[in-house]
Amino acid sequence: MGELKRTPLYDLHVELGAKMVGFAGYDMPVQYPLGVMKEHLHCRGAAGLFDVSHMGQVALRAESYEAAAKAFETLVPQDVIGLGAGRQRYGFFTNDAGGIEDDLMFANRGDHLFVVVNAACKEGDIARMTAALSPEVTVEEITDRALVALQGPAAETALARLNPAVVDMAFMDFAEVELDGVACWVSRSGYTGEDGYEISIPEADAEGICRKLLAMEEVEGIGLGARDSLRLEGGLCLYGNDIDDSTSPIEAALTWAIQKVRRADGDRAGGFPGADRIFGDLAEGVARKRVGLAPTGRAPMRAGTQLFAAAEGGEPIGEVTSGGFGPTYEGPVAMGYVGTAQAVVGTEIFGEVRGKRMPVTVAKMPLVPANFKR
Amino acid sequence: MKYTEEHEWLRVEGDVVVVGITEHASEQLGDVVFVELPEAGTEVTKDEEVCVIESVKAASDILAPIDGEIVEVNEPLVDEPGKVNDDPMEGAWFFKIKPSDPSQMDDYMDENAYKEFIG
Repeated sequence: MGELKRTPLYDLHVELGAKMVGFAGYDMPVQYPLGVMKEHLHCRGAAGLFDVSHMGQVALRAESYEAAAKAFETLVPQDVIGLGAGRQRYGFFTNDAGGIEDDLMFANRGDHLFVVVNAACKEGDIARMTAALSPEVTVEEITDRALVALQGPAAETALARLNPAVVDMAFMDFAEVELDGVACWVSRSGYTGEDGYEISIPEADAEGICRKLLAMEEVEGIGLGARDSLRLEGGLCLYGNDIDDSTSPIEAALTWAIQKVRRADGDRAGGFPGADRIFGDLAEGVARKRVGLAPTGRAPMRAGTQLFAAAEGGEPIGEVTSGGFGPTYEGPVAMGYVGTAQAVVGTEIFGEVRGKRMPVTVAKMPLVPANFKR
Repeated sequence: MKYTEEHEWLRVEGDVVVVGITEHASEQLGDVVFVELPEAGTEVTKDEEVCVIESVKAASDILAPIDGEIVEVNEPLVDEPGKVNDDPMEGAWFFKIKPSDPSQMDDYMDENAYKEFIG
């Protein structure tokens, strides 16, 4: 393993007393002195600041936004062309087998497309985009900007102190906003199920802006530990756990993220990798589905826990892909794949924990209701 | 008080030994969210897994430090696993064990040795 990379906020994390761990090649804060549980609750109760600078920020430029969008649509099953200027959308790269190569956020920045991809996949994603789209589209990885998320019900109040314009942004809006005199790229989105923002900041200014935010009563630094429990309660997929190159978006319960215009009967049907498999899944149904899981007892059911239809006997019907304790839910929470027959909210199934089958109920996702500003 | 390399503390109370985990261990584990206790009356042997504790990060086993019979368990911990973080050295004991061979206690570290062990 090579040396871990550092984000522009590394020194600040260390100064704040963070416990640092290697994650996707970066030395990242897993928790601050507050601890995972309190960080999680603080984010849902006030506001939390996350360093997500390890993620890939990529600009796709062609002669126009439409040209870049049209090219990008050959890699993703989303409606990219129809996305309005100053708007952001969730998407994913598919492969020829209809699996998911990575999930991402993309935004229409007027004259170009801005994409944020997962840290662990970014090299592959950039290579994929470059190979498929150049030379008509220039694929530029932006390496001189930090990316932070400010999440929670008080995120708006906190960020508005640096620029009141952020109040008027709606969920999934994307804008260039001056914060503390610095041109930042701000989206009203995140990965916690809470209202909030993701903010791309020139690296030299990142620490200063973060210090201003952290000095506010409402804001605490939040590490990767609580980021995971927040997104899990929020029913949001973690690439590599809940979705991967073998899961189709239909199995993954991400059908909502494939807009009608790209489906079999849409005006721009198909034209992305694995369209046949994905349209087949849509038309004929799938054998397994991603569901929320609420264990009845107190024992967490972690990733890899085998799921069964009955308390005794039988073959596994699925597996937990993410699981742990939900501090806001006040109990264990999980998600995983089960056979379609069991993928009905309220179905009681069993997870095998340390050799014992424990009851777990298929639950509506998200387990903790989302709190977005629509 | 004696200490094991598994970061358990052992306190002799009359003819039983009270077992818990150290402050150091509870800090390393992070917030504890689940505790599974053995049943009182169970005969256990040294190094047998007798409890499971899970934190926000991972599951860990607590091993029986000596041979003997579990005579009492700290039942309230099941409903209040966070006590393991708040009060690891006193209130959050896990079980009391009646040793069948008290000389097994001699193998364990005293406080100074444990402090050195954790550095």
